[in-house]
Formats: sequence, C-alpha cells, structure tokens
Amino acid sequence: MLSRTASNIYWMARSLERAENITRLLDVTHNMALMPNSKGGQQELLAPLTITGRLDQFRERHQQVSAEALLDFFLFDEQNDGSIFSCIQQARANAHSVRDRLSSEAWESINATWLELRHRRQRGIHHEGVKGLLDWIKQRSHEFRGAAYGTMLHNLAFHFMRLGTFIERADNTARILSAKLEAMANQHDSNQAIDFYQWNSLLQSLGAYEAYHYSYTGGLSVRNVTELLILSAELPRSLRYCVGSIMQLLVVINGDQGLAAKRLCAELQARLEYGEVDFILEFGLHKYLKDLLRRIHTIGDEIHLSYWEGA
Amino acid sequence: MTEIQPPSPGQYDETLTGEHPREHYQAYVDWLRATPSLTLEQKRNEADTLFRRFGITFNVYGEEEGTERLIPFDLIPRIIPATEWQYLELGLRQRVAALNRFLHDIYHDQDILNAGIIPAEQVLTNQQFQVAMLGVDLPGETYAHITGVDLIRASDGEYYVLEDNLRTPSGVSYMLENRKMMMRLFPELFLAQSVAPVEHYPNLLLDTLQCASEADSPCVVVVTPGRYNSAFFEHAFLAQQMGVPLVEGADLFVRNGCVFMRTTAGPRRVHVIYRRIDDAFLDPLAFNPDSMLGVPGLLSAYRDGNVVITNALGTGVADDKSIYPYVPDMIRFYLDETPILNNVPTWQCRKQEDLDYVLENLDQLVVKEVHGAGGYGMLIGPKASGDEIERFRQLLRNNPANYIAQPTLCLSTCPTMVEEGIAPRHIDLRPFVLTGREVRIVPGGLTRVALRKGSLVVNSSQGGGTKDTWVLEGSAC
Repeated sequence: MLSRTASNIYWMARSLERAENITRLLDVTHNMALMPNSKGGQQELLAPLTITGRLDQFRERHQQVSAEALLDFFLFDEQNDGSIFSCIQQARANAHSVRDRLSSEAWESINATWLELRHRRQRGIHHEGVKGLLDWIKQRSHEFRGAAYGTMLHNLAFHFMRLGTFIERADNTARILSAKLEAMANQHDSNQAIDFYQWNSLLQSLGAYEAYHYSYTGGLSVRNVTELLILSAELPRSLRYCVGSIMQLLVVINGDQGLAAKRLCAELQARLEYGEVDFILEFGLHKYLKDLLRRIHTIGDEIHLSYWEGA
Repeated sequence: MTEIQPPSPGQYDETLTGEHPREHYQAYVDWLRATPSLTLEQKRNEADTLFRRFGITFNVYGEEEGTERLIPFDLIPRIIPATEWQYLELGLRQRVAALNRFLHDIYHDQDILNAGIIPAEQVLTNQQFQVAMLGVDLPGETYAHITGVDLIRASDGEYYVLEDNLRTPSGVSYMLENRKMMMRLFPELFLAQSVAPVEHYPNLLLDTLQCASEADSPCVVVVTPGRYNSAFFEHAFLAQQMGVPLVEGADLFVRNGCVFMRTTAGPRRVHVIYRRIDDAFLDPLAFNPDSMLGVPGLLSAYRDGNVVITNALGTGVADDKSIYPYVPDMIRFYLDETPILNNVPTWQCRKQEDLDYVLENLDQLVVKEVHGAGGYGMLIGPKASGDEIERFRQLLRNNPANYIAQPTLCLSTCPTMVEEGIAPRHIDLRPFVLTGREVRIVPGGLTRVALRKGSLVVNSSQGGGTKDTWVLEGSAC
C-alpha cells in the first residue's frame, strides 16, 4: 500500500486513541476533583498534565491548576495539540486525505464526530455537562472502532490502523503507570484512603476497574495492579497485550520492510510474555517502565523508517 | 398541493409549456403537485445533513485553508426522454471522436493545418499546444479518455455545445452522489418510472483506464494535488469506487525510465496515471519548476511509452475557445460526417468580416477572450454600460485575434426549489464521454443550475447548484 496512505491511517488511529485516552484521564480527574482534598483530589488534577508532559505549556496559559482550567485546556483548546479537539481535528484531517481507503461507514463516523464536536465546542461545555461530553467522546470512539472492525477489509490499511492504535495505547499505559508511581512516591505519609483512591483512579483511567475485581479478590494491591496492567494477556490495555498485538501486526504486514521494528518488538514481547511481577518489583517498577517506554518509542521510530521513508 | 411557478413567455422550460407539463414530465409533475411542500422541505434538510455527514463537499480557494462547502443540491430532477438522449449520445460520440482525431493529427502529420481548414498559427502558437508531444505515439491514439461536454438548450429548444472539457473535467462524482441521494429520498419515484442507471460509471472508467495501457495487468492510480484541492472529494471518490490508489505527486518517482509509487512493501510500478492536475504541474523538470505537485522525469517516461497519462498531455489545445469554432469542421474533415450537435454561432474577430459585424452589434453579443476562463475578460453586451462597450470596442480594434463573440443565448430553465418556492432557474448539462477501445457514455450527466433568479452562472464556485439528471428508458419524445 502507498506509504503516505499507511502513514495517514497510522496517525489517524494514534490521534483517535490519544483522544480516547485523554477522555479517560479527564473523566477520572473530574471524579477526583469532586472528592474532598483529604482523599487526594487536588493532587489528581495534576495527573493529566504530568502524564502527557504538558505541565509547562499549561502554566503558560493558565495561572493555577483548577478543574475548570484543566478541562478547558484538554477539551477544546486549539493551541494545545494534545487536546481532544486538536486530536480529533488531526485524525479527521488524516482520514480525509485517505478517505478512499476507509470504508464509507468508518469515514462517516469520524467525519460526523468532527462536525458534532465543533458544534459542541461552539455551545460550550456547560450545555450538557462535562460528564456527558466525555461519555459522548468515548462512545464515538467505540463507534468508530466498531465501524472500522465491522466494515473495513482486514487488510493492510486496517493493520496499519491497528498498529497506530496499539503503539499509542502502549505508550499511554506506560506513561500513566509511571506518572502514578511518581505521584505516590512523593507522598510521604502513607494514607490508606489516598492509596485506595489513587489505585482506583489508575484502574479507571485505563478502563480496567471491573477487570481488576474480576481477576483478583481481596482489595487493591500494588503487586496485583502491576501484574494486571503490565503482564495480563487478556486486558486490552495491558502492556503485554499491546506489545503482543503490535508484534502480530508487524508479522502480517507483508514484505521485507520493518525487520528492525520486528526484532525490537519480538525482544520486548518476550520480556513481557515471560515476565514475572516479582522480578519487576525487585528490579524497580520505575526503572522497568522507563526502559519499556524507550523501547516502544524506538519501535515507533523504526516503523517510520521502514514503511514510509524506506521506499 | 405544491405550486410550480410557470416559466416566463419566450423562455424554453424543460418541464412545462405554460402551465402544462411536457409529456415525459407528466408523471413527475403530478407527483410533485400532490406532494406537500413541507415534505419537500424536510427531504431537502435531510439531503443537506447527509451530504455534510458523507463529506460530499468541494473546497473553496481564497478562504480559510481547507474550507469545505456543500454544493447546493436541488431535489427536482432534470428529465430527458430516451429519444432525445439517443440523439445527444450520437452527437457526443461523433464530437469526441473528431476531437481525438484532431489531437493525434496536430501532434503528427498536421493534415488539417496543411489543408488550410484551421489556420496553423491558431494551433501552433496556442499556449496549450505541447511541443513535447510532437511525434509521440499514444496507445490507441487516444488523447482525451475522459471528456466533459457542456451542453445548453436555448430558447429555440435546440441543444448547443457551449464548451468541450478535455483536460481534467470534473463533476462526475456529484452526478453519482445525486442519484444515490434521490434514490434514498424518493424510492417511490424510481419504482414508478424507469430511470436509466448511471452507477456503473466507475467500472467503465476503470476499464477505460486499464485499456489505455498495453501492459498485461496494468496498475492504475489517480493523481490528486491533495486534500485542499477544490475537487478532492471527487478524486478520492473515484479512486475508492475503482479500488485504485489515490496518490499525490510526492508518492511517485521515476527510475530507469519507469514510474513507481512508494509503498510499504517498497517501490511498485505504475502503468496508468489518471491525473487530476494540469499539464504545467505534472513534471517540474519539463514545466513549472516550482511545482511541488508533479513528478520529476514523468514526461520523459511518458514519451518513452512506459506510462500512460490520461488525459494525455497537450489535450488542452482542443478545448480552447479559439479552436472551438472549428470543431464542426473537424467532424467533416476527419469523419466525413455532418455534425449532429450544434456549436453556438461564433464570430472570430481575427476575421475582418466577423470583426465588423461584432463591432456593429456589441450591445447584443457576448465577447470572450480566447484563452480566458472563469468569466474573466468577458463582455456581456446586453448587460454592459456604454463605457464598458466602448472599452471593449477599443480592445477589439487593438487585438482582434484575441477575441471571439457569440450571441447571448438564454439557457433553458427547470423548476428548482428556491426561497420563493418552486421557480424556473437556468440549467446546463455536462455528460461524460469515456474513450477506450470503444466510446461509452452513461445516460445523463451532471445538470448544473443557477440558483439566483435570472442568473446564467451555473459554476459551483459562483454559488451554482446541481440536480439529478434522469434519462427515461423507453419513453417517447
């Protein structure tokens, strides 16, 4: 398939996944902001900024960290290229230039989302409430995925789309995990209530709350949360699941290109596939995640080199 | 229940003569009159929403980058009876065949110039004449694979060819989308009458493009300037409907005299390029060196016969206004036939006799610059001020060869939904002629409509709209 087309589809998927991830983060942030400070609510507000690495950019535009300023910054701010608005705008632009390679239902889904989002932006957040808006974005994200899964040929275009999704998702999960760890390491006094809400929000922001309670009994523990989010073969946002999917996709994308990406990915996959949570904790979760993030980025770079700059 | 405003006297209306529908419109008009106007209003809103959602838009230049607009779509179809269409089709085939023969001739033996039918300088000094095409042999000797012919019907009820478009004629996607929309909104109308289908156009187009190459299983691509181009929707639409890659210049490169595209599995050979960019932007080595749209070395690969470009380079010379008056002569010269479709009578100011007549009757004529386009450098006599007429008189005297003149023709009208209800508005028709091993035309074309009262401007960039065009099967004239 045409390199530019593959690149557009890949970036379309990354932007859409990013928009969904921010939505999840904001959703949790919004919940936590409603908590009394004693439950760690205020600190939660910082999370989307540290996770996405946009604290400095935010401070240039807003005096102080408040729930309102955060929503403003992440929902509709055109100047923040990590806002939901910017992500969907970018995804729609990518989709537009390759609309001939999407199914009409997938294209219409993303186009309709974009048109409606512009409307909602004009009307302002308060019209339907934050929660309603965030739910709507998540639903639109699900709808697009459904339309793409159900109506597109599961061919190269589709594979590159999924590749974009899983690279972005792996990156997101690793970032959320390390940011949370950092936040918790900075809390000197151990407070069980804070811990509980922290871990809970972490699971919620990765859509893994029910999955956790289904898989483990007996409350929240660092060990179990780590195991689930890094090593689960079943949770669609775990690192093992994402990296495994990237590997499968790289294998089915035919041709001799992408050998470097495949090699790096296979190594990483083996680590996760045969990884043990005790080893990770002993090694140091923070160090482990940092290394993992670096590897994911390198795989992303190699995909660029082989598939769109290689021809 | 719905009122249809009758046409003004002396005006040819496609639908009505006075209050009464023409025979082929009877069934539709009965239905329309029985349909509450509120229903039509709802259907129109539904159509707008759907077009917007599907992203069936065109981009507007000179406004904020990437402004996408809907082309106003009118719900009332233009209907053509079968016998009338058969006559139009014969005329179109004949005309396009002669134009292709003409293009081959002027880039080879130049018989028509040697015979003195067309003055050589009209062709050889034309900006659209491509010296690089001299002596180049094209498969099937086909230059214009896709031709859009603009037809109007004048007050006398006759069809006239207004213009031949041989470079990159557009609008066929709206023809197809309009039909899809009408079938969705008014299925009952299609059950009641046999409307000739047009949906197979993309298949015919793909076949035409594949046949243009002598390769075994040729790789066909559509080349677009990109998503900010006004016709980008159409480029993407056609690529998708044909199932071929939609590429930009930067996706292609030339190696060892052949054209390749950059794919995720490495370079892949391209055999046929359906280009939607102008000659001047195709190859920065040969033409405009500043162009980022083209492919360096493309012209040389083309001249070597390693790739087919549709439409061929240099076809523009045949749709120039200075060449237009000679098309009937071409038909007689190459085909030895009588032209079926009328040209609009045209005075060529380079001829003394014609110039005298034009100067005498400026207030009744339309004067056009021969290389002008888009309504620039034009005088519309009946609507011009005395000063303007005097200014053109001077221009004509200074450089008569630069102008042609035509009578002010009144385009036929068709009932159209506008603010004041359903009222007559001027329309034209652009059928699309495909030339491969055989010539093929889907029945109908794109009907464009001027939405402002009295306006003759149907261009979408000037606020014109479109209608679905029905050719009724088995209907009497």
